[in-house]
Amino acid sequence: MFETLHGIWQVFPEGLRLVIIILLKIVAILVPLMLCVAYLTFAERKIIGYIQARIGPNRVGPRGWLQPIADVCKLLLKEITIPSGANRFLFLLAPILAIAPAFAAWAVIPFDDVKVLSNINAGLLYILALTSLGIYGVIIAGWASNSKYAFLGSMRSAAQIVSYEIAMGFALVGVLMAARSLNLQDIVLAQQGNVLHWFWLPLLPLFVVYFVSGVAETNRAPFDVAEGESEIVAGFHVEYAGMTFAIFFLAEYANMILISILASVFFLGGWLSPLEGLPASLFEVPIMGTLLGPGMHWLFLKTSIFLFLFIWLRATFPRYRYDQIMRLGWKVFIPITILWLVVIGVLIMAAVPPWFN
Amino acid sequence: MLSEYLPILIFIIVGLLLGTVLITLGSLLGPKRPDSEKLSPYECGFEAFEDARMKFDVRYYLVAILFIIFDLEIAFLFPWAVVLEEIGLAGFLAMMIFLGVLIVGFIYEWKKGALEWQ
Repeated sequence: MFETLHGIWQVFPEGLRLVIIILLKIVAILVPLMLCVAYLTFAERKIIGYIQARIGPNRVGPRGWLQPIADVCKLLLKEITIPSGANRFLFLLAPILAIAPAFAAWAVIPFDDVKVLSNINAGLLYILALTSLGIYGVIIAGWASNSKYAFLGSMRSAAQIVSYEIAMGFALVGVLMAARSLNLQDIVLAQQGNVLHWFWLPLLPLFVVYFVSGVAETNRAPFDVAEGESEIVAGFHVEYAGMTFAIFFLAEYANMILISILASVFFLGGWLSPLEGLPASLFEVPIMGTLLGPGMHWLFLKTSIFLFLFIWLRATFPRYRYDQIMRLGWKVFIPITILWLVVIGVLIMAAVPPWFN
Repeated sequence: MLSEYLPILIFIIVGLLLGTVLITLGSLLGPKRPDSEKLSPYECGFEAFEDARMKFDVRYYLVAILFIIFDLEIAFLFPWAVVLEEIGLAGFLAMMIFLGVLIVGFIYEWKKGALEWQ
């Protein structure tokens, strides 16, 4: 059996084998990602339920654990409507443009010291480019629907996303200055040492700005005026139904997870262990050593903390008014980030230990 | 090093294909019973008065223009930030002068009220 498989494998030309291996790796990233998205929606409903003293979804499967699966099946079986005034081609293109960058950005995430699909030098630039591309899906969706609510929602969303993009870009410049590399793996390795060497401490204001901008970029509460239910129904995706709606949903949650994992990589040491720096003998104990040492599980733990924060914010804060959102982005975040870039520059010039020596 | 970019190309293609496949799957599995009421744009129970692609506020343009300026600044800062330690004090001061000019412009915008939104 194995012999024949190996024989078949050898028959393929070199290039095809390479492509098949890459495709398998992509599947190994995308399938867990989609499961995470499905169960993130479940976690969100459960957590918000408990915060509001309810129990959340609890009917499908034991304690509601099959709820996301049921949701997917239902969305698959619903009719896809295309409004009569809509531009059909753009209307169907928009969800595809929303989901492709939300997934493709995962290509450069370092999950481990070796597990990274493509370890490119311009990793951070690539991330910045792809997260900016997601806006096209929103704009095109709002325009193609030919519905007033969708149009208003997409205008608001576009202006909000580009405003926070600037604050986010400045925060990332700070990370670059501290790490001296655009490569995500190098950024993680630059934080080696212990918890105090992670960039959250020297870049604390940028860390906060980055995460809050991330919340605004993904149009999540309390910055969700783009889809404020009580004023413009659902914003840019009001005309979408069935699977086309599900794709926007998928893209939004995939982006949330992306922002969380990037925040862990840039500011919380990625896959590094917080216990680094303890005596080396501790990490040689068979199972405990692996658990305490660096690895994917730390990255996922840190990411989960940020995801919980997303949900916690949504359950806690009322929606911002639109002028307040713009004021926060332009008049608070941009001055803070520019100021802190100067501070980091001075710290680097003065070679302040333990981060910049 | 260029071969590292092949997975990215494939990943983008997979992303685009996945979206297409999901939409196709949805349209194959779902019912297809359109009628004129169902396909009219959503408008809180009213008939749609006019085309929805209407005039919109000029401030959105303003935000877009300001975004381009600041995003360019960030593009200038990226390479500088990576090599800051090699170019030393001279490079640092040069960028500070550049940022100073930017900040003067930013203050001007602020005073002019370009950042107000009411």
